[in-house]
Amino acid sequence: MALFESRGGSSAQLLDAELSGLDQLEMALPPRPSRLARVWAATWPKLTAVALALIIWQLVVWSGWKPEYALPGPRKVWDAFFENFDNNMSAAGTTLWRGVRGFLFALVIGTTIGALVARVRVLRAAFGSMITGLQTMPSVAWFPLAILLFRLDEGAIFFVVVLGAAPSIANGLISGIDHIPPILLRSGRVLGARGLTAFRLIILPAALPSFVAGLKQGWAFAWRSLLAGELIVTIAGKYSLGQQLDANRQLADSAGVIAVMIVILVIGIMIDSLLFGTAERTIRRRYGLVDTAT
Amino acid sequence: MTRASTAARREEPATESPRSGAGSLAAISLDAVTKVYGHAGNAVPALDRVSLEVEPGEFVCLLGASGCGKSTLLNLVAGLDRPTTGTVEVRGGRPTLMFQEAALFPWLTVRGNVDLALKLRKISRPHRRETVQALLEMVHLTGFEKKMPHELSGGMRQRVQLARALGQQAEILLMDEPFGSLDAMTRDVLHDELERLWRETGLTVLFVTHNVREAVRLGDRVVLLSSRPGRVVAEFPVEIDRPRRIESHSVADLAAQITGRLRDEVRRHGAV
Repeated sequence: MALFESRGGSSAQLLDAELSGLDQLEMALPPRPSRLARVWAATWPKLTAVALALIIWQLVVWSGWKPEYALPGPRKVWDAFFENFDNNMSAAGTTLWRGVRGFLFALVIGTTIGALVARVRVLRAAFGSMITGLQTMPSVAWFPLAILLFRLDEGAIFFVVVLGAAPSIANGLISGIDHIPPILLRSGRVLGARGLTAFRLIILPAALPSFVAGLKQGWAFAWRSLLAGELIVTIAGKYSLGQQLDANRQLADSAGVIAVMIVILVIGIMIDSLLFGTAERTIRRRYGLVDTAT
Repeated sequence: MTRASTAARREEPATESPRSGAGSLAAISLDAVTKVYGHAGNAVPALDRVSLEVEPGEFVCLLGASGCGKSTLLNLVAGLDRPTTGTVEVRGGRPTLMFQEAALFPWLTVRGNVDLALKLRKISRPHRRETVQALLEMVHLTGFEKKMPHELSGGMRQRVQLARALGQQAEILLMDEPFGSLDAMTRDVLHDELERLWRETGLTVLFVTHNVREAVRLGDRVVLLSSRPGRVVAEFPVEIDRPRRIESHSVADLAAQITGRLRDEVRRHGAV
């Protein structure tokens, strides 16, 4: 009985102390490594990989497998890039702008379609598999039709870029919504979230990790469709990365071709890992989807 | 506020439940509620003619083994589902439901989760800030406002859920095994906490559990449900002075008595 007595008078204070004691015991989290350490841990493997690729490339050139005018070494490509620097930059600007514009439009369309298909049963039955089908169709296959519809012009490229990216974006949102734990939806309903409010405050944020994965994939498809488009649809007097590739090939300038290829690769990696990769990691950490034990 | 779900077939005149004389004053009243899932051939009855009344400010524990339809019953009272036949009336104000698992939104901080409840009640922003702070203070979580749910312990998450439920200004708190996944130590402390909040706020609580001692520790009344389908088989008033201790003899004695009855029920389902 002594146990009960001791809790008598100041039980409220005791309760406070017990709660905060338990909280402190359970909240001991391992410290996160410093920012510099994390950046370095992420950077050095990449730098090593690049160095390794350059070395192998140079070794292949030295091996004499192909004549040097067909397969130049890193040094020559470096020079070629700066020789043609202004053209390359203006070409990259045009291509990037086309990509961003098409992607943003695909974002609007993909999100709208994704939201409707995920939430409306009839639309799901009608269009669900069609969206997946569109996603697997190589976007190059759209070009003949796009050219007939829009002629050899910006419109044709835009059309194919949007068609390349939108299905992935829609699919990302659909699968995100499909995988929301039912408890969160019930929780939202108990709190009184209905209709559009529920969509904005509960469903969309709950689907966000998968949605961002869809955006990332959408960008990859947009970028691919775009470069294919620029090789096929060359618009007179306009520099673009695809057009530069083709122009350099016609001049038999291998170094120029490889320089442009590297620009394409670097832009692709930057957007994929810096923009979408960072967004993805931030969201996963915020949502507690990262295993802290490793 | 009155919400009545009425089903056509088994509509009976508004007879008072024999269990309670309070009748129309009850905060929650279930009258011959039956819930069947599925259709014709493979219909599964979850609840069978359950009648139950809960007085305003009363703390009632629903106790039962697996398959007694506890969660179904709470869903019906919360208005998330409709009974197949019978009526569910909720008069004692707005109900809110608290879950066993992590029902907090993982993309919102502790503050954001509680704030959302107020936001959905269309309370203005400056007003919300103070209220959220006060609610978090009530559940002793001041200082954890900016933490994400996954950074908290299970017990803390349940307290955030409690704060969020209180933020809805609901008068009826429905709890679906809220402490089921917590360690015994944390659970004991949260019992004290819940009892204190209940006394301070005058909430009506309908608490579902399969832990007999927990039911006796907390409830004014323990209602025993049978399994498959769920049916009210017995009621036990708990006349032990508060504050109670889960390890006290009086709690243990009544718990033993109820456990005996619960085991009888479980045995009926045995193969022998």
